[in-house]
Parts: sequence; C-alpha cells; structure tokens
Amino acid sequence: MKAKFAAAPYLLWAAFFIVIPFGLVAYYALTDLHGGFTLSNFAQSLRFAPVIGSSIWLAIIATAVCLLIAYPLAYLISRKSTGGQRTLVLLVMLPMWMSFLLRTYAWMTLLENNGVINRLFGLIGLGPFEMINTQGAVVLGMVYNYLPFMILPLYSVMTKIDQSLIEAASDLGCSPGQTLRQVVLPLSVPGIATGITMVFVPAVSTFVISVMLGGGSFMLIGDLIEMEFLGNAYNPHLGAALSIVLMVIILICMALTDMFSDPEEKEGLLL
Amino acid sequence: MENKNTLISLRNVTVAYDGEVVLNRLNLDIADKEFVTLLGPSGCGKTTTLRIIGGFVEPAEGDVFFDGAKINGLPPHKRHINTVFQRYALFPHLNVYENIEFGLKVSKVAPDERRRRVKEMLSLVGLSGFELRRVDQLSGGQQQRVAIARALVNHPRVLLLDEPLGALDLKLRKEMQIELKRIQQRLAITFLYVTHDQEEALTMSDRVVVMRNGQIQQIGTPIDIYNEPINAFVADFIGESNIVDGIMRADYLIEFAGRRLPCLDAGFAKDESVDVVIRPEDWEICAPENGQFHGTVLSSVFKGVHFELMVKAPGEEEEWMVHTIETHPVGSEIGLILTPDDIHIMKKMSPQEEAELLGALEADSLLTDTEEE
Repeated sequence: MKAKFAAAPYLLWAAFFIVIPFGLVAYYALTDLHGGFTLSNFAQSLRFAPVIGSSIWLAIIATAVCLLIAYPLAYLISRKSTGGQRTLVLLVMLPMWMSFLLRTYAWMTLLENNGVINRLFGLIGLGPFEMINTQGAVVLGMVYNYLPFMILPLYSVMTKIDQSLIEAASDLGCSPGQTLRQVVLPLSVPGIATGITMVFVPAVSTFVISVMLGGGSFMLIGDLIEMEFLGNAYNPHLGAALSIVLMVIILICMALTDMFSDPEEKEGLLL
Repeated sequence: MENKNTLISLRNVTVAYDGEVVLNRLNLDIADKEFVTLLGPSGCGKTTTLRIIGGFVEPAEGDVFFDGAKINGLPPHKRHINTVFQRYALFPHLNVYENIEFGLKVSKVAPDERRRRVKEMLSLVGLSGFELRRVDQLSGGQQQRVAIARALVNHPRVLLLDEPLGALDLKLRKEMQIELKRIQQRLAITFLYVTHDQEEALTMSDRVVVMRNGQIQQIGTPIDIYNEPINAFVADFIGESNIVDGIMRADYLIEFAGRRLPCLDAGFAKDESVDVVIRPEDWEICAPENGQFHGTVLSSVFKGVHFELMVKAPGEEEEWMVHTIETHPVGSEIGLILTPDDIHIMKKMSPQEEAELLGALEADSLLTDTEEE
C-alpha cells in the first residue's frame, strides 16, 4: 500500500506530461481543421519524405562520426588509473555545463565567412572557405553537442572490462589490435547500442542546430514540426502527424539497438 | 627429474613502482620441464616475478632470458609462454569451447587441428561434454580447469600459474594440486607456480623459491627447504616451528633456554648469537624425570592426525609447541628430548629485518583471512 502511495506523484506527473500530451498529439494528427477524423495529415507528411530522409541521413552520419571518435577515446580513458579516469570524464562533461545554445552560437562565430577560422586562413593567404550553412556544419554541430552521450555509455561498459581479460588475450597471442577486435569490441556492444540511441535520437529530432549552423537553407524534420506549430506554415494537425512519424523513426531505432544492449546496462541508463 | 637445461634465467632483475623497490637484483634459473614454485607472503615480489616472465611487467634493470635469447621488451603475445590468471580471466562472451580455442584461432591453426586439440584438452582437464556451457554457469573449480586448458592448448614451453587455487575450497584445492602435478608430468613442460600457501608449494614442486621483500631467501627442493631452512624467516614460513634465541658456545655445542646441548652445526664464531629452530614434530616425549626439558601441558588441540600441545615449565620463559599422536591431558607433566639433528641453528637476522618479517607475516595472515571468508 505504502509503495503505491509513494508512486502517486510520479503517476500524476506521467499522466499530465506524457499520457495527456501524447493523447492530444494523436488527436490532432488524426483530425482535420473541423475536428473530423482523417488520415490526410499522414498522407501530407509523405510530401516531406526528402526532409525526413535527409534528417535520418545526417543523424546517421553524425552518429557514425561520434562512434568513430568516442570508441578509441573511451577505451583509452577506461585503461587509465582511477584518478586519471575521473579527470578525463570531467573534461568530457565540461562543455555540457554550458548552455546548448551558447555552444552552438560559438560555432557560428568560428565558422562564419569572416569568422575566426576563415580569418586565420586569410592570414596565410587561404580561403575564405564556405563553412557555415553547409550540411557539414550541421553534422559538426551534432557531433560536437552529442559526443559526450556516446563517450559516457562506452566508457561505463569498458571500465567494467577487467584488465586481466586484456592481459589474457595478449597472453594467448593477440596483438593490441586483435585484442581490441576480439575481446574489447564484443564486450562493449551494449555500450555501443546505448551510445547510438543516445546520439541518434536527439540528432534526428534537432531543429536548433540546423537553423543556426545550416542557416535554414535546408530543413530537417525538427524544423518542419517547429514551423507547423510556431511558424508561418501554422498547421498543428500536420505538425502532430509529423511528430508521430518522428516518434516511429525513433522507436524503430531504439528497438534495433535494444536487441544488443544487456539488461543491466539499461538500469544504468535510468540513473 | 634432474634436468639441467636452463629454460628461463633472470639476471639482476630490479623492479620499482613509484620509487618503491619490488624486486631487488633478483637472479633465478629455471630448468626445462621443472615445476618451480615461488613462495612468500604477499608483497614479497612473487607475482611480479611471474609477470616479468609473462611479459606484463618490464624490469627497470636486469635481463630476462628465455631459451638462451634475451626477451626484455618482447610483448606477451610474442612469447611462447601462457598464463593461468589468478581470477581465471575467462572471456565472458565465449563458451567453454571457444575460450579454449581462442589462442589457436589467433595463431591461425587449421580448423581440424583446432578441434582435435580442444577435445584433447577438454578430456585432459575432465570437462568433456561442457563445450557449449557459458563460463559463468561453471563452478570455480570448473572455471579453473577451463583456464588451465585454455593456456595449455597452445603447447607453451612454460605455463605460469598465479595463485590459481586461491579461490577454491580446501578439498577441491587438494584435488587440483594432485591434478596439476599429474598434468605437468604428463605434458612434460615447465610450470612456474606462485602461491603463499607453503603446503601447496611443498606438495607439488620440484624446487621451491622462498621470497621476501623482493629478494630470494632460499632455493631448494621441498625437503631441503623444510629440513634445512636457511634462516628463521624460512623456518617460520614453512611449517610450524619453535624459534628461540641461542648462543653457539663452541662447534657442535649450543646453549638455549638455559641448557647446553650437542648439535650438528659448526663454523660459527665462539659465543655468536643465533636463532634455534625446533620443529614441533621433532620432540620426543618421555617421562618428566628423563627429559632434557620438562613442563606442564597448557593446551592440547586435536588437529586431525596429531595433537598440538603447548608445554611450559614453571619458572621458565619458553613455551614449546609439540606435535604428538598420543594424548596428553592438559595439566599433565611431560618430559621432552631432542636429538642433535633436531636442533636447527641459523644466523641471526638484524633487528630491522626481524621487524620487517613480523610485519610481512601479519599482513599476510590478515590477507589470507579475508580471502577465505
């Protein structure tokens, strides 16, 4: 009885901020301007297939780049002494103490046509290079902002790999590269799965990064939804349908990665 | 088992971590097909010695030779040496078969050959039929066997074993001791074994290396080490002993506990202070009036095969530990006799060395207690 009572505030929270809003989104997505049932909002969403496609594509690239950068880094951190690990993890987290918007503004000033980087190139007679308002700049923004979400789950899985397993592999004839492939990689699959989810989900749904670093010259699904609710193209019914499409994409991604994560790790995620 | 082909040599090997010397100019030769045990309290440098040979620790100074070639700096995967790790270090993502096959796969042995050798190893360690088990479904003893098979399947010239039986219960430990010895003799390869359990060392080894504070105290056969300990540390570490102060009055004449007795030792300075070691099982018990010593039985503890008595004479300082298979009730008076060959005389350690010894032994007994809890 007591436990049920203690759970009440959370149930209320869930009802008000998850169940009811979701019900509203579903209601809007399935109705037209006059409140009648319709599937035309979803049919209309299909017009934006290229936007949806490029959102997924950019998120995949950003996730892959994050994985490539984070994997060796997380491994190196996990093999340091306890004190060294703490310092390095702190350094990874440090940028997250600053506002997401500020960090992205900082990149704008760096990448602008007469921004810091181009002026430095100018000093040695190069450029200016077209950096801002490109897809590359958007991917850069995603990688920069979401990299810690890839490093941390990888690190937390790798730090649990006993050093004696690494030594055993080496003892049985593995070069350092073979050890990484045959022992560390298979044992860190749950961390890879978690990291992919944690980077792909915010990357596929972002709308700030593409506006600020992409200059609105090409849209992502997040921008589209924002426009339908808050922008000129005001149409909450279409926006709600697009939101559901995005949710489905995210759920598919999570279902795929979930097959590789181990049950213990999921508990860790909730912390 | 005498075989003088030296396989591994350590020459003046020194290791220091953060300025603290762990191994101090260590010299050790290990012959081919020999079973050598490094024995000592924790912190004596035995595991470090093993890790140097395995390639996991680089000596700060000194050389390591394997089969005549210097192997300093050679990484572990290029050495013909395999290790059984203290906590087994089995790969959790692989089953029993895959764990054992691991080394063969890495060195690209043909699949048929791999299958044959894994099967052979499984039957050697008595785990046929366990191929598809996950390693976390195995008992400690079974994991131990997988670890041994995984190392031996590569046909190493040397197998290093780092306290491999430490986590097993007593009965299983004894079984595994016999089995390891059997495997070593059957495969005829060199075993280098690390333990702090003196009984384990005496049971299995061709030679025992007793270590303390990064230095070798004594190297010898189990019988030599037990019967002729070189100093009080070795005597105390190997088996139970009575250790008392004594003075060499002349060659073959020792004075201790207020008595002058004949002994077999000579060559000390006249009136030199020495340690006298008497093994508790060497006492002969007789009627009180016939003994060189006599005293009252203070306690009697049944140890399975024998009783362990503590005997003390009124007015004398020494309490003697005596092992006997006869019953002597507490409070009874007995006499004790020593023949000259029961009295082991050893050079004194400096007071500083003695303090270190006590510290080391205490630390070790603490560690052992917590491990066995």
